[in-house]
Amino acid sequence: MTEHYDVLVVGAGPAGLATAQAAAGHGARVGVIDAQPRPGGQVWRHDVRQASPHAARHAFAALARVEWLARHSVVGAETQVLRVEHPDGVRLLGYGALVLATGARELMLPFPGWTLPGVSGAGGLQALAKQGWPVAGKRVLVSGTGPLLLAAAATLRAHGAHLLGIHEQAPTAAVHAFARQMLHWPARAVQAISLRTRLAGVAYRCGSFVRRANGDDRLQSVDIEGPDGAQQVECDLLATGYGLVPNVELAQLLGCALAAHDTHPHVQVDALSRTSVAGIHAAGELCGIGGLAAARIEGAIAGHMAAGDLTAASALLPARARARRFAGLLSTHFALDPRLRTLATPQTTICRCEDVTLGELGGYTDARDAKLATRCGMGACQGRICGSALAELGRFPRSGPRPPLFPARLATLAEASPPLSD
Amino acid sequence: MKGGIASHDLIVVGAGIVGACCADAAAAEGLRVTIIEPGPIGGGATAAAMGHLVAMDDDPAELALAHYSLQQWEEFSDLQEAEFSRCGTLWVARGEHELRAAGQRSARLAAAGIQAHAVDAKTLYELEPELAPGMHGGMLVPREAVVYPPRVARYLVRRAQSRGAQLHAGRRVQQLTRDGVQLDDGTRLAGPTLVATGCALPELLPQLPLRPRKGHLVITERYPALLRHQLLELGYADSAHGDAGSSVAFNVQPRPTGQILIGSAREFDAADAEVSPVMLQRMLERAFAFMPVLRKLQALRAWTGFRPATPDGLPYLGAVPGRANLWVAAGHEGLGITTAPGSARLLLDLIHGRTPAIDPAPYAPSRVAA
Repeated sequence: MTEHYDVLVVGAGPAGLATAQAAAGHGARVGVIDAQPRPGGQVWRHDVRQASPHAARHAFAALARVEWLARHSVVGAETQVLRVEHPDGVRLLGYGALVLATGARELMLPFPGWTLPGVSGAGGLQALAKQGWPVAGKRVLVSGTGPLLLAAAATLRAHGAHLLGIHEQAPTAAVHAFARQMLHWPARAVQAISLRTRLAGVAYRCGSFVRRANGDDRLQSVDIEGPDGAQQVECDLLATGYGLVPNVELAQLLGCALAAHDTHPHVQVDALSRTSVAGIHAAGELCGIGGLAAARIEGAIAGHMAAGDLTAASALLPARARARRFAGLLSTHFALDPRLRTLATPQTTICRCEDVTLGELGGYTDARDAKLATRCGMGACQGRICGSALAELGRFPRSGPRPPLFPARLATLAEASPPLSD
Repeated sequence: MKGGIASHDLIVVGAGIVGACCADAAAAEGLRVTIIEPGPIGGGATAAAMGHLVAMDDDPAELALAHYSLQQWEEFSDLQEAEFSRCGTLWVARGEHELRAAGQRSARLAAAGIQAHAVDAKTLYELEPELAPGMHGGMLVPREAVVYPPRVARYLVRRAQSRGAQLHAGRRVQQLTRDGVQLDDGTRLAGPTLVATGCALPELLPQLPLRPRKGHLVITERYPALLRHQLLELGYADSAHGDAGSSVAFNVQPRPTGQILIGSAREFDAADAEVSPVMLQRMLERAFAFMPVLRKLQALRAWTGFRPATPDGLPYLGAVPGRANLWVAAGHEGLGITTAPGSARLLLDLIHGRTPAIDPAPYAPSRVAA
């Protein structure tokens, strides 16, 4: 059985929710799919302790007007149909217009010790804490780059973590220059000040990064490289966040063109959210990391466009341009220190699924070649972690995804496709 | 070097498993070998293959080549790169007539020197408890194995290089010349030439008919000990050798990693390399009919590949008709991994004018010459 939606939205983060709201406003039959049990995506992930922000609650309310398909993951794409797995089986969802709002994932930058238990992504640890994983009383060190570090740190502190410090790899001058720019973005400045207030008393060190995590069977300490030299700090948890990688895999499977001039490709769209494939739109982080504000505006544009209202979509173009300018500031001021790409040694594990070290990957210039020889990228993550890391290290770009998009039950793949209509 | 043209004892075009075996065998005999491969080593049919070392007995020539090759595969049984796993092949009979056929087939294999015996239903379920109820028995070929073909191809190319072979990686043969080949960067190489380009054979030797036959494979997460043998349905040969536009057969394999590799599908005239949801569905339904537990397993990846198929199903091994110093080893369809080492020995014998260990006549390319 195939269900049909006028507008089908993949992803229930800020972009997808804004899409749903805009499209439903035009009377379209809208379906919203997300692999998670609750809406919000990463940035508005449900917190067991804290109420969601006002904007998030408002966005969640819009789901009342659409069909909300929680715990549904897209595993394949066929002609005008998505193959979707959910806990009780498989569904085939047809669409008139499709909006991709698949967001981004954390960039995991490998360094010695990064696979030790106790080391995780900053966003990953933030998500765990929000879901109730206990961090209270744990000594946590946060390192990486960008304002998302502050958001992660604030959540961890709210859940009782003992923050040892936030280590921002960007030099002081760059961070100060960014702060001066904030004068032009009052709303952002208020957010930043509020975050700093919640983190009062926590050291914020610029030009500082973790070069190694130490421990036998779990994390015990980290070696930090800072402007004043090296030091070792004992800690229980390390949360690292070196930026985000757009989730382009579904778009790629659908044949949407990617812009590949950056290290991590993003989906190519015009200002009105149209991808290279007719009837398929994309909004938010997968179109290039732009942050929450850009995601919400682009989601609304995509929703109007998918419902056929060019005028409503066009009215949002100035707001989109302004939000995207802010994203440009982030990538300029928080560019990665080249030393971060030289931390991994030949013994450092790159592919966690298949236990492949950087040393074993020497001499390969092509992802497929390396995969065939070493199994790097053959595991359950399909190279999402190691492939992005190797691209960041300047080795070779990730190879294209193979179906299924995520590991799926064989029964899901065997479900008969709908007959093609004339 | 003479006249700016490098001279070689053997130019091997293509570094799939067949070309790699040929280059390795030639270098081992002391020949000055050069290898040309435009893509990754073992990146074509070799990379897509299941890596099942298996003797098919329905054609005497195919059986002879497989048996000859399987003996040579024993050399690699301890090679780490080969990931050699002697899981054995268990052919499953769905009815009495298939069980009778199993008896005849095991007798044929035994006569050829390959250990095989029919098993009754009770033994079948002891060997593979997850098979669907109602199977009648089957045939066990205990010494057969699975390998990881692309790494074997790499190992063989490196071994040939360690014996002096040169590798032109990333280069393509643009054309065959009177005395050798010309590469896409204009380089000319002179010497006896062996074309082992699999599905790309028609680009250089269009006079030898060959069609790509598409296949699909799916690999699962790790489920150690769920499956112990490579399992095939006894009706497999009907699919493999039938001329239907498309067909599927039950063919599942336990990888040494604990993963399960699921085949097989055959399609002529498939336009592209995309995974076809419909073929995948047919193939999986076939697998579920024999092994219902598969339904619940997590699939990690599906992919396709193309088998180089000749009209009679036998490879082209030997001299290219009407050409001096031009040889071919291609068209192994779905048995190239199994039969590559024997193909290489046979070809080296022919090149040197020696009498091969098996009769080369059935594989002679001249059989298709007008």
